[in-house]
Amino acid sequence: MKLITAIIRPHKLEDVREALNQAGVSGLTVTEVKGYGRQKGHTELYRGAEYAVDFLPKIRIEAALPDQLVELALEAIVRAARTQKVGDGKIFVTELEQVLRIRTGETGDDAL
Amino acid sequence: MTRFDLIPARDRLPPLAPLLLLFPALLLADPALAQDAAAAAAATAAAAPAPAPNKGDTAWMLTSTALVLLMSVPALALFYGGLVRTKNMLSVLMQVFVVFALISVLWCVYGYSVAFTEGNAFFGGFSRLFLNGTFNPADGSFSMAGTFSKGTPLYELVFVGFQATFAAITCCLILGSIVERIKFSAVLIFMVLWFTFSYLPIAHMVWFFAGPDAYTDAAKVDAVNATAGYIWQMGALDFAGGTVVHINAGVAGLIGAFLVGKRVGYGREALKPHSLTMTMIGASLLWFGWFGFNAGSALEANGSAALAFLNTYLATACAVLSWTFAEWLLKGKPSMLGAASGAVAGLVAITPAAGNVGIPGAFAIGLLAGVICLWGVTGLKRLIRADDSLDVFGVHALGGISGALLTGIFNSPALGGPGSVQDWVKMTSGFPGILAQLLIQAKAVGITLIWTAVVAFVAFKIADLLVGLRVTEEQEREGLDITSHGESAYDY
Repeated sequence: MKLITAIIRPHKLEDVREALNQAGVSGLTVTEVKGYGRQKGHTELYRGAEYAVDFLPKIRIEAALPDQLVELALEAIVRAARTQKVGDGKIFVTELEQVLRIRTGETGDDAL
Repeated sequence: MTRFDLIPARDRLPPLAPLLLLFPALLLADPALAQDAAAAAAATAAAAPAPAPNKGDTAWMLTSTALVLLMSVPALALFYGGLVRTKNMLSVLMQVFVVFALISVLWCVYGYSVAFTEGNAFFGGFSRLFLNGTFNPADGSFSMAGTFSKGTPLYELVFVGFQATFAAITCCLILGSIVERIKFSAVLIFMVLWFTFSYLPIAHMVWFFAGPDAYTDAAKVDAVNATAGYIWQMGALDFAGGTVVHINAGVAGLIGAFLVGKRVGYGREALKPHSLTMTMIGASLLWFGWFGFNAGSALEANGSAALAFLNTYLATACAVLSWTFAEWLLKGKPSMLGAASGAVAGLVAITPAAGNVGIPGAFAIGLLAGVICLWGVTGLKRLIRADDSLDVFGVHALGGISGALLTGIFNSPALGGPGSVQDWVKMTSGFPGILAQLLIQAKAVGITLIWTAVVAFVAFKIADLLVGLRVTEEQEREGLDITSHGESAYDY
């Protein structure tokens, strides 16, 4: 089982959700985050006090998937989220040791 | 202010009705006309009692009082609050709200008496302690205060209330320099001391005089003048409080900023406004309320109030434009904070000038205030190197000083100004010349500056000795809302 964590542009959320649904991914967790990579921030000016704002708002999507779905999901996210400009984001794939469904107590692939 | 004999509360209008025909003439700014009308009125109503307060004046002044209250709560609270970080919003609201209430109460206990009764040239007396004498329950009568016209009384209670809001907002202004790190108890101790030893004497020095009706003949003039405040006797012009309110508070704020010290993280961390929406709401309400502050300082619903009203409107709009465009030019983008700050700068600068300059003066003062105060919060602020967090000095002190000096220039009839009363017996206006008036204004500014700086320094020191000025660094990091007040402004 894998956990994929995707950092994407906020306005791409709907496209990515749509694409993941079509790929067969049924559940997601979404958080609002901020961060930066190579994309530059901006400066803000308040009465002569200049602030360099490096952090940019992004959306983080997490989805727990069975191994066989990962390749499809990655392709779906990339297709939906790519604009080919700096700041498109990144996807991290990590190994999931255990998953449990709280309502039923199911574990492993049955819980995904 | 002069006080007429107690007039029965149930104003007997019918016997005075013939006088109403002459009141339109009295409402014109021309003092000569007012004098003729007053003489005619006296002849017509020889058997009538002393004049009753004009209902229009009373209505206007009560309204103005409410408008100036609005300037403190919520206008100033929101203007300042929006400029601090989320974690300190509630502390700003609380400080303004409570200081407003505190000073209002102290005003009614002893403040009004010390500022606006006869004493010496620096302090009044205690004849109006707890507002004693303003209302007589035995016969239901009210005492009267004078205005700037002869034979035109104002209910003294109305004047008390109006001036209370001035004292309170002046004290609240100072908070802007010391937000996000000042201890609440230190605020309260400081305010009591500074109000008593800086606001009251400066208000007395600048504004207290016996009133037009005390000037009955030329022989009495010197004696009556000698009862007035020190700065009033100099002939200084301050319509609504450029010195008494803005320079007074602005300098005190700067002293506070130095003594309290910089906020943790100043210069390294982002100490950004959390809601310019709130700041804009605050600035807009300030503009609205300031019509009461400036036009209400005419003390009558007359031409002077009309002039003050329009000057306030125009100068502010000019300052919004000049700050906005200057910032656009210099920094590349016009900002909402700049526009809002420009408005406040214009309002501050026109405060001493409101009924003392003409339309040309309003244009000039507004446009200049925008750029002068823009420099005050940028270049000058960098020179001074104190953490005057919300720019009380850069806007209020600098705007007040500019406005006070420009008043000396634009009061000149040659520049469209109304001049000022030179002879309170005949109520004739004149102008001593730009250089002469400018010198008088400069002296008034200088006295105010030094007096308030000294008192503020001592007051902050005493508060420091008693309770300490700052919260701990940990409390400052967590935010004053939680640590000082156990509440959050925002529950998310």
